[in-house]
Amino acid sequence: MKFLISMHINPAVLDALTDEEKAAIGDGHGKFMDELRQSGELLLTQALADPSQAAVVTVRNGQPVVTDGPFLEAKEYLGGFYLIDCEDKDRAIELAAQIPDAAIPGLGVEVRQVMFSDGQLEV
Amino acid sequence: MTAPIEDLLRELTPQVLGALIRRHGQFEGCEDAVQEAVLAAAVQWPDEGVPDNPRGWLRTVASRRLIDQVRSDRARRERERAMAAEAAPEDIPDTDDTLVLLFLCCHPTLTPASQTALTLRAVGGLTTAEIARAFLVPEAAMAARISRAKQRVKAAGSSFSLPAGEEREERLRVVLHVLYLIFNEGYTASSGRHLHRADLAREAIRLTRMVHAQLPGDGEVTGLLALMLLTHARREARTTAGGDLVPLAEQDRSSWDGELIAEGTELVKSSLAGPALGPYQLQAAIAATHADAATAGETNWAQVHALYLILERIAPNPVVTLNRAIALAETEGPQAGLALLATLDADERMAGNHHLLSVRAHLLEKTGDTAAAHDHYRRAARATASLAEQRYLESRAGRVRPPATQTRGEGPDQITT
Repeated sequence: MKFLISMHINPAVLDALTDEEKAAIGDGHGKFMDELRQSGELLLTQALADPSQAAVVTVRNGQPVVTDGPFLEAKEYLGGFYLIDCEDKDRAIELAAQIPDAAIPGLGVEVRQVMFSDGQLEV
Repeated sequence: MTAPIEDLLRELTPQVLGALIRRHGQFEGCEDAVQEAVLAAAVQWPDEGVPDNPRGWLRTVASRRLIDQVRSDRARRERERAMAAEAAPEDIPDTDDTLVLLFLCCHPTLTPASQTALTLRAVGGLTTAEIARAFLVPEAAMAARISRAKQRVKAAGSSFSLPAGEEREERLRVVLHVLYLIFNEGYTASSGRHLHRADLAREAIRLTRMVHAQLPGDGEVTGLLALMLLTHARREARTTAGGDLVPLAEQDRSSWDGELIAEGTELVKSSLAGPALGPYQLQAAIAATHADAATAGETNWAQVHALYLILERIAPNPVVTLNRAIALAETEGPQAGLALLATLDADERMAGNHHLLSVRAHLLEKTGDTAAAHDHYRRAARATASLAEQRYLESRAGRVRPPATQTRGEGPDQITT
């Protein structure tokens, strides 16, 4: 089963961390990625640039309109994600709990199953 | 590569691998060596022709690769000396090690996903790239999974022989479950867009045929093969050209594969005549009952219900009860089915389960309670991770949409519970 684990970061929470704490997060992600690669559960992972660098694109009357900044003004932004393929939802949650962000007060990671195109009917 | 050569290679893979392991031990190294030999054959044989003794060719090339591997490993110098002293491998008599290999690949220390991948590679002779494509994951991830699975098998110190007595029975159940998982992975693929996934169903059938040839007297092996054949017979009818799912009652039965049905039905009959009765045999008997009905209306639902009742007794499982409710609704009316479904509400395993929601929706629709049916179809659609099932459930919801919301067209739905 494929899951997206998204990391919702709060820039204010991250800013308040010490350098050691920030380094520990980086190390934790490195270790987590190594383990996921070895187990064959990692499909893709990416970190996203700061939300201040985002652009919102809308098309009105056929004309694209580009505005700077994130889509929503919010405290938390998508900071990055892991796309994984694992045995079941329990395993996905177990993996999510190993992501360093999950242990930081004010931050959390979200686990959502990825939809698939196949299906089976019982009636 | 031409199909006959590919078939031959796939057939020879487990035989050559078994022979190599018998001679040298080291499942891990032998498996890599055989895979390399098979790749070499796939490149050379179409141009140069199939050698007179293809099995001997593969064994010789694989043995050489294995020796190369050992040579490159300093710590194994001793073993190299021992191996170099041995005569060149001869073609050994036909001991079919397929079963032993299957037991090894389906080792209980592995997760089902690893058992599946390892089985497809070591017994099925598929390349890592092919397995990765079939499971829609990058090749690197699949390679890591297979490599870890082989390390686990090695660490478990499993010997290359069939387990005895009760352990053999238990391990065979695991093997059958893995074959069933491979089949299901292919069966749930919608036709057209994922042909490479549909191949998994064929591969599962091929492997189960191999097991059946070795253990023709095992009722559950026969039952599983029959279940696969009878299910596979409906593959063309179960989706539309556009990939939409077609429920059993609405399938065009003329497009069911009559040959597979005949073979599957015969197997069901012979397995039911045996001394023991297991879950695969019962599921196959249910599939045979459906296959026996020329139209959905002629289905012998009383027999389907009786079979589910036995299945529920020997292998209790909420999904079986769910299916029995469908049969019960056909024989005693939708209210009886709904009453049986109500017994599943306390089961934590079924909380929010989209199958339970969709079956309840279906039965509610039959009672004429369209508002409740609509609500349950919508909830089931939200609960499934399958896009095909979601489309189907949304369309069913649309058919029973209450008049009040119908006039709003495609606007947001107000019903939330």
